[in-house]
Amino acid sequence: MEADMILPVLRSLWVLWMMALFTGILFWALRPANRSRFETAAAIPLRDEE
Amino acid sequence: MTAATLSHGGAGAGQSAGQALGTTEIAYHEAVVRHFTLATVFWGIVGFAAGLFIALQLAFPALNLGIEYFGFGRLRPLHTSAVIFAFGGNALFATSLYVVQRTCRAPLFGGEAMGAFLFWGYQIFIVLAATGYVFGITQGKEYAEPEWYVDLWLTVVWVGYLVVYVGTIMRRHEPHIYVANWFFLAMILTVAMLHIVNNLNVPVSLFGAHSYPVFAGVQGAMVQWWYGHNAVGFFLTAGFLGIMYYFVPKQAGRPVYSYRLSIIHFWALIFLYIWAGPHHLHYTSLPDWAQTLGMTFSVMLWMPSWGGMINGIMTLSGAWDKLRTDPVLRFLVTSVAFYGMSTFEGPVMSIKAVNALSHYTDWTIGHVHSGALGWVAFVTFGAVYFLVPTLWKRERLYSLRLVSVHFWISTLGIVLYITAMWISGVMQGLMWRAYDNLGFLQYSFVETVEAMHPFYVIRAMGGLLFLIGALVMAYNLVRTIRGDLRVEQPYTAVRTAVAAAR
Repeated sequence: MEADMILPVLRSLWVLWMMALFTGILFWALRPANRSRFETAAAIPLRDEE
Repeated sequence: MTAATLSHGGAGAGQSAGQALGTTEIAYHEAVVRHFTLATVFWGIVGFAAGLFIALQLAFPALNLGIEYFGFGRLRPLHTSAVIFAFGGNALFATSLYVVQRTCRAPLFGGEAMGAFLFWGYQIFIVLAATGYVFGITQGKEYAEPEWYVDLWLTVVWVGYLVVYVGTIMRRHEPHIYVANWFFLAMILTVAMLHIVNNLNVPVSLFGAHSYPVFAGVQGAMVQWWYGHNAVGFFLTAGFLGIMYYFVPKQAGRPVYSYRLSIIHFWALIFLYIWAGPHHLHYTSLPDWAQTLGMTFSVMLWMPSWGGMINGIMTLSGAWDKLRTDPVLRFLVTSVAFYGMSTFEGPVMSIKAVNALSHYTDWTIGHVHSGALGWVAFVTFGAVYFLVPTLWKRERLYSLRLVSVHFWISTLGIVLYITAMWISGVMQGLMWRAYDNLGFLQYSFVETVEAMHPFYVIRAMGGLLFLIGALVMAYNLVRTIRGDLRVEQPYTAVRTAVAAAR
């Protein structure tokens, strides 16, 4: 198949790419290994002195 | 922690000011935040007063005064722009510029000079837009009324805002970009895109105010509501969620309930919101598939919206008693509750069958105000009550009792407002679609207008209460800035109060 024929097909599947990206984000956010990283991040506003 | 983070990259020119003051202090640029905070309160009162006046005009049309400059048609965009862009916009500037410096532990990129440009540039935009409305210069697009010369000026200011914001983030000393900044940045970027595309206009002449849009017909309508709904989604939702993610944890003194939920609901919100616009065009010449798409995405939006609400409210988990003793926190948490309520109502109203009843009626107005007064204004009040004593280095607010007075007056105002508009809107919708047994419409249009009169009066009373509440806040803030402390009985925690009673 020619490249200029593949491109429209891939583009018409945009919702799949978006979903794949979002699934990746979900995986990253829910990964237990990232827990401590998020705990540190959540404390950012509270580590500040007025 | 702050000191450690700071001393790491001490070689950069940017920190020299901070280091001169000692390692623990960074020279944050706060003058610009103070100015934007004052402008928020000022324009808030202007916008609420304009809203009250046009509400009274609807109840008592004689108040149009027969003068073209004061007719409802010209003052209505004045009200909407004053509350959304002047009150809400200044609140977003104030909070975002404060939060980005604090959470990045870096002074504002561009310094005070850039801050002053943003402040005065934005106020000039507001005044240019407002004078245009009164003199009848308008594009006639809801929430995008300003003509081409005002649009160009706003683009300049907004790009400056983006540069300052991104510049500050790039010079941060905190390795992680805190979630509030993600929301603010999404707001700045998306509003820039929406504003530019929806205002692609060709001026009639170089020195004339009027212009014609590039998109016509149903394409023009779709672009307008793609803009209009995302102005709600990104300006009034994402931006104010940024406020929630900093000020609720800050005021409660505890981290946000779930940081991973904040990431998930941020991206879900971003992916979904941009498609919801067509629900403003149900049963129009917009293709049916586009209407259904808009409806479907609007219903899906319920989930990320409630993700945000749960995260905000559950931050209080284990410290609910603070709601009793801290009226500022009460404003913030109630705002999130209103956010949850109106983001449930919104998807329901976007369903075509419901929309057939609700659209073009007062129900829409009631829905908008439960979001605007309950969510946007309340979260802003909470943030302003936090910011003023902090920025002016005061021990505390002049009076916490007055904050409570403000809270209850405003809440009563909102309840009057939204219940009146719900009843009026549903009644209006039902009257419009009522047929008699011969198949004729049962009511003429003017009969529906007449039936709505009592609800218009109740709505105006709600608006009056909301305005009074804002005036109480302004008084409280002025006294706080002057350094006064009201002698009053402090709020005590339940346990202490019980112990004292024994």
